[in-house]
Order: sequence, then structure tokens, then C-alpha cells
Amino acid sequence: MQVLIPSSLRSYTGVSKVEAGGASLGEVLAELDRRYPGIRFRMVDEQDRLRPHMRVFVKGLAVHELAHPLAPDDELAIVQALSGG
Amino acid sequence: MVRSTPSSAGRRPAPESTTRRRSAKPAASRLVLLVATRKGAWIFHGDAKRKAWRADGPHFLGHIVSHLQLDPRDGRTLLAAAKTGHLGPTIFRSTNLGRTWQEAEQPPAFAKPPEGVGGPAARTVDHSFWLTPGHASEPGTWYAGTSPQGLFRSDDGGRRWAPFSTINDDPQYREWMGTVQDGTPDGPKLHSIIVDPRDPKHLYFAMSGGGVHESTDGGKSWTTRVQGLEVVEGFDAANVTFHDPHVLRLCPSNPDRLYQQNHCGIYRLDRPGNEWVRIGRSMPKRVGDVGFPLAVHPRDDRVAWVFPMDGTSVWPRTSPQGRPAVYATRNAGRTWQRLDAGLPAAQAWWTVKRQAMGADACDPVGLYFGTTSGELWASRDEGARWSCIARHLPEIYTVEAATLA
Repeated sequence: MQVLIPSSLRSYTGVSKVEAGGASLGEVLAELDRRYPGIRFRMVDEQDRLRPHMRVFVKGLAVHELAHPLAPDDELAIVQALSGG
Repeated sequence: MVRSTPSSAGRRPAPESTTRRRSAKPAASRLVLLVATRKGAWIFHGDAKRKAWRADGPHFLGHIVSHLQLDPRDGRTLLAAAKTGHLGPTIFRSTNLGRTWQEAEQPPAFAKPPEGVGGPAARTVDHSFWLTPGHASEPGTWYAGTSPQGLFRSDDGGRRWAPFSTINDDPQYREWMGTVQDGTPDGPKLHSIIVDPRDPKHLYFAMSGGGVHESTDGGKSWTTRVQGLEVVEGFDAANVTFHDPHVLRLCPSNPDRLYQQNHCGIYRLDRPGNEWVRIGRSMPKRVGDVGFPLAVHPRDDRVAWVFPMDGTSVWPRTSPQGRPAVYATRNAGRTWQRLDAGLPAAQAWWTVKRQAMGADACDPVGLYFGTTSGELWASRDEGARWSCIARHLPEIYTVEAATLA
């Protein structure tokens, strides 16, 4: 599936969209981490929770759990929450 | 040299012990100032006279850089503790003065608690707050203190980090650490990790909320060192949680002497004694002895500098009466001297964070501090006169003076 990478993480991927597979959000992030080492820890903490200021959308719906199931034709958008300063 | 276990029995050293060490003074031409800010890091290169400074940066523009340190053991390796507002924390490493950086393969991260067993709740590292290079006999070792409070160590130059010692999940330490609600607005911090230059197993650290702690066996066991420290009125001084050391410094010329800037005053500790003495009582009353940073002289254990800030009412943490000044003691805290030549005389409401004031090892000693309003100030004569060497930086978190190889 296509995964949109936020600008803050493109130093890892070099591009804004990548293809990755996985039956769940957790599996997709694990796949990304295999290809771009370190990227997962910037989005998911050591207790396996999505970090507070990261958001993940699947078909426009917000997903918070790593166990959330995904289909091969889903489009995943990883974005920075509208916060900062 | 193996350091014996400190004890309060026996001799009490004179408060103004005049240990002065003759040590090689670094060439000013190899001096750099490592400035970590809320929006990136800068490396300032000084000329031989420490008059002209060349800015190299920003590195990590937009990243929150909590600490930038040079490894004194090789004069080359830089470590930067960084995160962005959105992303998780990590540590970056460079061996070419920041031309390229590599991210840690395993940044500091708390362990998962064992399943099905009661105990302290799971935590996540928000950011690494304090970096300390390890002992000279242990090249490649580093220590990191985090927020929430945690203690970590790397044995490979900062590439991989692991929890160090037992305190991160020790029930007593977790009780002393409190929760995030007990901490500072930016989160509770583990800081002031100190390695005795005589003995790699002799360590200190402090916690904002959680007191001062010492180990003489390389972290296998720890002893609290809060005797003599005061706490905010209304809190119980017998409870380690309520002790709020802001920063600790060990004198390079006399590792048996430490100075401390605490929420409740300025203190000195002379080992093997165990009782802190509040030397800030001799500060002028209208200024007080509350502040964040403290710097010590590299060769004279009687000399230290502080940057007082207003700790009254709601604890503004700005220069008292809007008149910033560094205060120096040259007699181990018996008296203090105001040093403000060149600083604004009025309407300068500055905050200098605990790691944002440092000293070089030149002669005379150069002093440097950075404000949260983004100004970097320097003195080439131990604080007698000050000049602003950079403006318009983001909020400055740390300023370290270091010597390149």
C-alpha cells in the first residue's frame, strides 16, 4: 500500500510516498523500520504507543492502535499533528 | 587511583581549601562554544583572542536540541540530544564537526515492564536532557539523563544506549521521581551526571524533584546526598522527592568539592563530608541565591559563578529587578561579587537555563552564557566585562565551552 511520509521523516526515506506491506498498522511500521532504520521509534514509543503528536489516517479515518487491520489497497497517511511552536 | 568510600568520620577540610591544579591550558584558537537551542544547534568557533566568533549552524534546524557535547577524550566526537515537537527523541553523533551526523541505532528508551507483575508503571523517554562523557579510562562511554528521569549509558560512542544501573525501575527511585505532574513545566529531569576524574566507578547525578545521588561502585548501589539542603516551605525535607537541585558541578581541580545551585539556594559540599553548606546566604538579600546555572573554575576550587534569578512569589525565573548579573565567589562562598559590566542595566528580564552557562579552561578563564531570549554573551576575563557575541538565536538551552583536538 502507499504510505504518505510526513516532511519531518523524509530524511529517512528521501521521498514523500513509499510502498509498504503489512496486515496491520504495526506491521507496516515494522516494514518501514526495516527499510529505514530508526524511523519507527520517531513515531512509536518504547511502550508501543503512537507518539502524542503523530497522527495516522487510513482512508481519512484516524487510527490510533498498532493492531488496526489494514487491507492491501488501503492508503496510509502519516502526518504531524497540528501542534508545535 | 581507587577512591575510598566517603565517610563523615574524621577530618573536616577547611572551607577555603586552596587546592589549585597546574594543568595544561588549551589554546584559545581551538575553542568552540556548543550552543543547543529549541530550534537547532550552533557551533561557535573562537579566534585566538576569544574576541571574534564564527557561527557554524544551524544544525538540525527546527529540532529541539537539549544538549550538544564534545567528547574531551578525542576532541572530535560530538553528540547531540535531539527531538522535534512531533517526533520521538534520539541522539545524533558526528566525528567531523557536524558536517555529517549519524543517528543512534538504539536511542535511550525505557524498558517494558514485565507482564503480569505489579510494579512501577511503564514510561517513555520524552527527551534526553543531559549528556556526560564517561571517564578518561573508558573511551566511548557516555551517560545520558532523560526526562522523565532516567539514567542511560552508551559504551560505543553514543550509537547504542541502554538503561544504566537499577534506578529507572527501582520502586524507591520511582517513588522519589514522582510523576510528570510533580515535575517542572518542561517535565522532570535527571541531570548533572558527574564522573569523578579519579575513579570511573564514582558517580553522582541529580533530579529536579528527587535529590542528589552518589555511587562509589559503578552504579550497583546509590546513596542519597541531600543532608543540609533546604526545601520549599511546606514540604518535608525528609522526603527525597521534595529536593530540587538545579545543577551540580564538581571542581576539576579538587574532585572532593562540589557546588550546587538548588531551587532553595547555593550550596557547597566538601568530601568526605556529607552535609551541604548553604553558601548562598552571603548573597545580597535583594538578589537572593536562587538560579539555574553554576560554573566552576577549572583550576581553583574556591571560584564559582552563578546567574541569580528571581525566585519570589510565582517564581518568575528572570533577572532580579530586570538587572542581569553574574555573581562570583573567589573564597568558596564566603563572599560574592557582582559582575555586570557590559550587561544591560535595566529592563532585561533574562532567563538562563541550568546548562546554559559554562567556562573554558583558558587563562584567564572565559565565561559564556545564553539566554532564553536567544542572546549569547561572553567574558574573556572571568566575568569582569561582558559582550554579546550572538543575537537572534532561538531559545538557548545549553552552552558548553570545549576544546577541539
